[in-house]
Amino acid sequence: MKRLSSFLDSFGAILLAIIWIAPLLFAFWAATHSTSDAVNLNLFSPWTLENFRVAWNGAPWLKYFLNTFVLVTIILIGQFFFTTLAGFAFAQLNFRGKEFVFILVLMQLFILPEVLIVENYVMISRLGLFDTILGVGMPYMASAFGIFLMRQAFKGVPIELHEAARIEGCGLLGILWRVYVPLAKPTYLAYALVSVSTHWNNFLWPLIVTNSPDTRPLTVGLSIFGAPENGVDISIISAATMMSIAPLLIGFLLFQRQFVQAFLRAGIK
Amino acid sequence: MSAHANLERRRQAIYGWLLLTPALALLSIFAFYPTIATLWTSLFSRGTRRNPVEFVGTGNYADLFADPTFWLVVKNNLLYAGVTIPVSIGIALAMALWANGKIRARSFVRTAYFTPTVLPMIAAANLWLFFYTPGLGVLDQIGSLFGLPSVNWLGQPETALWAIIIVTIWKEAGFFMIFYLAALQTIPEDLKEAADIEGASRWTYTRRIVLPLLMPTTLFIAVNALINSVKLIDHLFILTKGGPSDASKLLLYYIWEMAFAFFDAPQAAAMTILVIAVLAVVAAVKFSYLDKRTHYQ
Repeated sequence: MKRLSSFLDSFGAILLAIIWIAPLLFAFWAATHSTSDAVNLNLFSPWTLENFRVAWNGAPWLKYFLNTFVLVTIILIGQFFFTTLAGFAFAQLNFRGKEFVFILVLMQLFILPEVLIVENYVMISRLGLFDTILGVGMPYMASAFGIFLMRQAFKGVPIELHEAARIEGCGLLGILWRVYVPLAKPTYLAYALVSVSTHWNNFLWPLIVTNSPDTRPLTVGLSIFGAPENGVDISIISAATMMSIAPLLIGFLLFQRQFVQAFLRAGIK
Repeated sequence: MSAHANLERRRQAIYGWLLLTPALALLSIFAFYPTIATLWTSLFSRGTRRNPVEFVGTGNYADLFADPTFWLVVKNNLLYAGVTIPVSIGIALAMALWANGKIRARSFVRTAYFTPTVLPMIAAANLWLFFYTPGLGVLDQIGSLFGLPSVNWLGQPETALWAIIIVTIWKEAGFFMIFYLAALQTIPEDLKEAADIEGASRWTYTRRIVLPLLMPTTLFIAVNALINSVKLIDHLFILTKGGPSDASKLLLYYIWEMAFAFFDAPQAAAMTILVIAVLAVVAAVKFSYLDKRTHYQ
């Protein structure tokens, strides 16, 4: 009885796992076979890289990859800068009005940048940042979520270390840089993984703010490439899709444990 | 002493505000000001060449409430939330219970569950396109094995939204699983042993002990899922574009369309304000009620 139920557990879990990665496997299958073989699910048909070649030549992918890379990098640098300073102020300094401002910041956890696309678009245009990578990244830099995360991390630092550094003659920024930042390394790593994978995948806002191949990130490029108007067939779309998810997917498979830990650390605050 | 303490207090205040300023400036530009500007815009008419912009009060809201498409979109979004939230939470829980149990191929199973989380929604939509395409798609191929007729899943109003819902569940469940997984690992082993000694069945143990202990996690996930039911619309751009005849259109997509395809910013602003109002209620409930036990200090 017990063995039966444990067998059923394994069976159910594995069946669900197979269903869950089936879309990915099918796309991989389609990407590596000619369209007619892919559609007929002919298991003995020959493999080919032709789709990748056609897809690669169909759009400026290298530029898209580079744009996405630059985008996630500047967002991450910006986020580290803004959230470290604000997180430290909220965690370790006492001043009037702090609670009120903190509640304002928390509100932004719910009023998502995605919802404010209309006015943010006006703002970005007014700042002359339309169709720039900085314009795509800027609204995400002072992330309320990041401020909250850093605040929690800094609160966990023992006050004795702070005092010790002060007695050694360290200024406040020195203490932040030499004591708090090194001790919050795991949080920075977690935040980096969450931030990079979020913005690597972000679509709606970049779609609105970018207007040329020189600034377009991968997701927007992929959506344009796959648009039905372009009449690209399913094997080639699959190849393009596999190409654009490959870096993140490989990174995830290699550093799976860190990824999961990162999402957990970021989620359970 | 008081002079020194005073000095220290002022020093802290100055540093505090200095450190907050950069982040507050950005938040003001991209969150606080736009929120107010949206409210402001929603009170004015749309300027055209002939009619200049004028104050219309709640006119845009009245137009919105008189717009049958708006109500259809609200209904779609309610269904979208009403199905994706409980189903993805349920599947996430099942995944976590399995991935935490003693099963074969556990690391493969965990990886498979979590993988969709790291994919862009646009890529996910492309993957599912291969399933849904009529005639060529995998679903049709499987159906034809059983002699079922070809179905245009994305092209007919009855199924389009459901096709969208399935992609969202697929994308979310693995993400929510890891929170359950973490929570499950904090449940002490003795509880299971005690339940075994008492002769409780596995079902009783799960229902009476595990589920109540997971309640805070469930609430946390539910709030996230609720926010996602507003936010996750990228796949609409690939799969249905809100169609056919608005059958799969969701609020944020409609806002985007209103503003950037129909160039009706005031209507889009009015809709944005309504969405913000709903999100604000969620926030208020979360901070005042749900966080009574989870401490932020």
